[in-house]
Amino acid sequence: MTILEDRPVRARPEGGTLLEQFEFGLDAPICLTWELTYACNLECAHCLSSSGRRDPRELSTEQCEAVIDELQRMQVFYVNIGGGEPTVRPDFWHLVEYAVAHDVGVKFSTNGVRLTPERAAWLAATDYVDVQISLDGATAEVNDHVRGPGSYDTAIAALRNLHEAGFRDAKLSVVCTRQNIGQLDEFKAIADQYGATLRLTRLRPSGRGADVWDELHPLPEQQRVLYDWLVAHGEGVLTGDSFFHLAPFGEKLPGLNLCGAGRVVCLIDPIGDVYACPFAIHDEFLAGNLLTDGGFQRVWQNSELFAELREPQTGGACSSCQFFDSCRGGCMAAKFFTGLPLDGPDPECVQGFGEQALEGLGDQRRLPASSQDHSRLVPGRNEPVMLQLRRREEIEAGLTSGQAAPPVSACAESPLAGFTPSA
Amino acid sequence: MPATVPSAEMTETELLDRAWELSSSVALRPEPFGALAYHFGNRRLTFLKRPELVTLVRALAEHPDARSALAATGVPEQQWGGYAAALRGLAAADMIRLR
Repeated sequence: MTILEDRPVRARPEGGTLLEQFEFGLDAPICLTWELTYACNLECAHCLSSSGRRDPRELSTEQCEAVIDELQRMQVFYVNIGGGEPTVRPDFWHLVEYAVAHDVGVKFSTNGVRLTPERAAWLAATDYVDVQISLDGATAEVNDHVRGPGSYDTAIAALRNLHEAGFRDAKLSVVCTRQNIGQLDEFKAIADQYGATLRLTRLRPSGRGADVWDELHPLPEQQRVLYDWLVAHGEGVLTGDSFFHLAPFGEKLPGLNLCGAGRVVCLIDPIGDVYACPFAIHDEFLAGNLLTDGGFQRVWQNSELFAELREPQTGGACSSCQFFDSCRGGCMAAKFFTGLPLDGPDPECVQGFGEQALEGLGDQRRLPASSQDHSRLVPGRNEPVMLQLRRREEIEAGLTSGQAAPPVSACAESPLAGFTPSA
Repeated sequence: MPATVPSAEMTETELLDRAWELSSSVALRPEPFGALAYHFGNRRLTFLKRPELVTLVRALAEHPDARSALAATGVPEQQWGGYAAALRGLAAADMIRLR
C-alpha cells in the first residue's frame, strides 16, 4: 500500500457536482452495511459473504449496542443489516429496537425464516424499519436451484405475512442471474401482489459467488434485456446503484453511477472488521477493525485504504474509452474477484472489453484465494445441489457431440454397461 | 395569502415572504461541502451543497421570513433567486415547512 505522504494530495473542490464531492469521501458513510452474523440457515450457492457458520468472535450484544451508539453520534441515519441470516441472532429484534430508538433506521435483509405472522405484526407497528426479502427466482424451480430447497416457499410466506399484517412497502430483493433475467415481469408481479417494491441487484463474483459466477452471470445479450427493462421501469424499481456498468448502453440509470467503496459506502462484518464495500469481504479491502482500531469513526476517517480509495482514480486502460465517463470502469469487486486488474475494464463491460481481458489472461487468469470462509464444513439439508437436469433426448443428442453418456439404468454399476463392441 | 398554496406554485416573492423552519423529522449532518439532510418520516436524503445554504436553513426558524434569514446569513441579494429555488426544492421534499 502506498504511503499517503508520498502522493500529491489533491484538494477537495469547492462547489462542483455532488459526484465530485463524493469522490473525496464523506465524514460518515451514507450507505452502511452491517453483517450481524455469518450464521445462516441457508447455504446459497452465490453467497457474497460465504456464510454458514457463526464466527465465535462475533460481536456481543453490548458491543453491537456500542456500535449503534457510535453510528448515532456520527449521524449515520440508517444501516442495512444483513448476514448470514441476521434474524437467527437471538438478540436481533432487540438490536433493531435499540437502533431505531437511537435514530439509526434499519433496513434488514432476510430469507424470511423468522418472519412469522406475529413478527410481521410487530414490524408493521415499528417505525423506521424496512424489510428486504431475498428471492432469486420467480419460480421455486429457479430460486431453489441456487438458494436451496424450500427457500422459495419461505420467502413467499414471509412476504404474505408482512402484507397481511399491514406492513407497507417491503422490498423484494433479487440478484439477477442468467437463469432469472427472463422472469423480470414475474418478479414485478410478485412484488405487486404483496404490496412490495422490487429491488434488482447485480450478481457479484464475491464469496461463494466466485464459484458460480461463470455459470450464473448474465450473458451479454441478457445485459441488454436487463438494461432496457430497468429503463422502462425507471424509479419504480430499486437497484441499489448496482448497474452503473450498464450505463454505456444509453442514458444513465437512476442513482449515483459511482463506485462508492470507502467513499460513501462500507461494510462492518460480524467480528467488527470494516471493509470498503459489501462485495469486497477480502483482506485486500480490509480497512481495520472497530474493536482494535479505536472505533468505527476512526477507521472510516483515518484508514489508509479509505484514503487511497478517496483519491481520484485513474481509469487505466479504460480512460481512453469514450464511455469511461458513464461507467467509470465499473465495479472494483467484480474485477478483483474475476482476476482482472483494478484499473482495467469490468468483467461485464458492455463494450465487450471485459470478456476480451478475461480471454487475454487465458491460463494466466488467477482468482484471488478467499481470505475468509464461513461455509459449512459438511453440507446441511438446505444446501442447493446445482445439477442440470437434462431430458433423455438432449442427452442422446449430446452423445454424438461427445458428452458423457447417461447410465443404462440406475443400478447398472459395470463401467462397461451398455458398451457394445462394434466389430 | 392562503396557507394552502403549495411551495411549487408560490412565486419567488411569496416564497421569500413566508416564515419557514426545518421540519421536525429532519436531521442535518455537516459535511465538507455543506450538509446532508435526512428525513426520518419519508426517509429521503437530500444534499445541501453549499455551507451558506446550511446556515440559511438553520436560521429560517429564527426569522419572520426567508428574506430576513437570507439577509442575516449574509447572502448577496443578487443570489437570492438561486437560494429561493433551493428552498422551493427543500419544501417539496418536506425538508422545510411553513410555520
